[in-house]
Amino acid sequence: MQAFFLIRYGPEILQRMGEHLLLVGGAIAIAVVVGIPLGVFITRQTTWRQPVLAIANVLQTIPSLAMFGLLIPLVGIGPVPAIIALTLYSFLPIIRNTYTGITSVDAAVREAGQGMGMTDWQLLVQVELPLALSVILAGVRVASVIAVGIATIAAAIGAGGLGVFIFRGIAVVNNDLILAGAVPAAAIALLVDSGIGWLESRFAVKR
Amino acid sequence: MGQNPAIAVEFQTVGLQIGAQTLVADLTFQIGVGECLVLLGRSGSGKTTTMKLINRLLTPTQGTVWVNGKSTLEWDPIQLRRQIGYVIQETGLFPHFTIAQNVGLVPQLQGWKPLQIKARVHELLDLVGLDPAQFGDRYPHQLSGGQRQRVGVARALAADPPILLMDEPFGALDPITRLELQQEFRRLQQDLGKTVVFVTHDMQEALVLASRIGLLQNGKLIFLGAPAALAQCLEPEAQRFIQTLTPATSLRL
Repeated sequence: MQAFFLIRYGPEILQRMGEHLLLVGGAIAIAVVVGIPLGVFITRQTTWRQPVLAIANVLQTIPSLAMFGLLIPLVGIGPVPAIIALTLYSFLPIIRNTYTGITSVDAAVREAGQGMGMTDWQLLVQVELPLALSVILAGVRVASVIAVGIATIAAAIGAGGLGVFIFRGIAVVNNDLILAGAVPAAAIALLVDSGIGWLESRFAVKR
Repeated sequence: MGQNPAIAVEFQTVGLQIGAQTLVADLTFQIGVGECLVLLGRSGSGKTTTMKLINRLLTPTQGTVWVNGKSTLEWDPIQLRRQIGYVIQETGLFPHFTIAQNVGLVPQLQGWKPLQIKARVHELLDLVGLDPAQFGDRYPHQLSGGQRQRVGVARALAADPPILLMDEPFGALDPITRLELQQEFRRLQQDLGKTVVFVTHDMQEALVLASRIGLLQNGKLIFLGAPAALAQCLEPEAQRFIQTLTPATSLRL
């Protein structure tokens, strides 16, 4: 009898997990660095709110396999188009939650800050962002969990990751191979979910 | 205009319209240094709007508001607001700041040194009757409503502003705590000599605090004068407010 699949494929699973995490981590990092300022921006320039959220919405609806395929003529294959695609998917939850988190800060608190002579920047950094932090983190959490799942498809454009097992398993009709990709991916998703969830509750502000 | 040093705030034919809606119209009055002007009126009568015109949270569409001899439009709004203490209903305390951080906010914005801020916070919490050692490190949600209002007052006084704006600060308190705070605040205001503009819909509160009462109705100032003079005012709205008083308090008029 063959060894349990997680043990049999152990070393390669670790390598693919590393690739997978790099894809997801890179994409989330970019999406956070671009998305949070964008979310803040549309709380200040409200005319931009509709277009920005609409574009993020549309990006979200593009089927993932199509998104990866569409990027090939632009940036080729490999990890780069994969990270770009995952970044685009991550925008919506991050931008939307940043916007929602900031706009749902108690109006009395914002008005008190203004009334005491805080500049817009001080209000943002000292009041709005800290109070919105747990909502923003919830957006990052959703984006991360989605990205872990979608990153399995990145194997189709040669970006590596746990999807390699899944595509190989489908090709040779081997369930163990599929599971060798799917089970670690699910485990990563759960870990990311509970990890960021823990951060969220740490930063939640009691009222 | 507005050069008289005994005048803290002056409204000159001030109006504010947003779209087709007139929030306040034709306000002309002066607020003397050290007086406590209570703006009285129903909900929606324009009292809060009038107050926000002073620290430029709103800007007039007609006329001019002068603060310390300078039009609010000439003031840098940030500098203007840092000279005006501001207390609102539900206090607007920052939930993620400790009591000490909340009280020290304006000094911190003005770049005071940490030791100075600490000493000032200590002094102010003492002033409003809260033990600094006991309350300084707590968060607003750990305090009662009355304690939070005391913190709100302490925060507004932190940088020693000559003018205080108070928007129904005691509105959400139980009647006994409210009366205590009103009396304490009156004593505090007289001791410190601050110019206070106080918004309320509570006739009783107006009587405790006011050196003058301004009665607003539909965005217009229909009475301005000493509390005792309000009883003689023939405006129906003034009479309606008088009627809200219990017999014991109306004797004081």
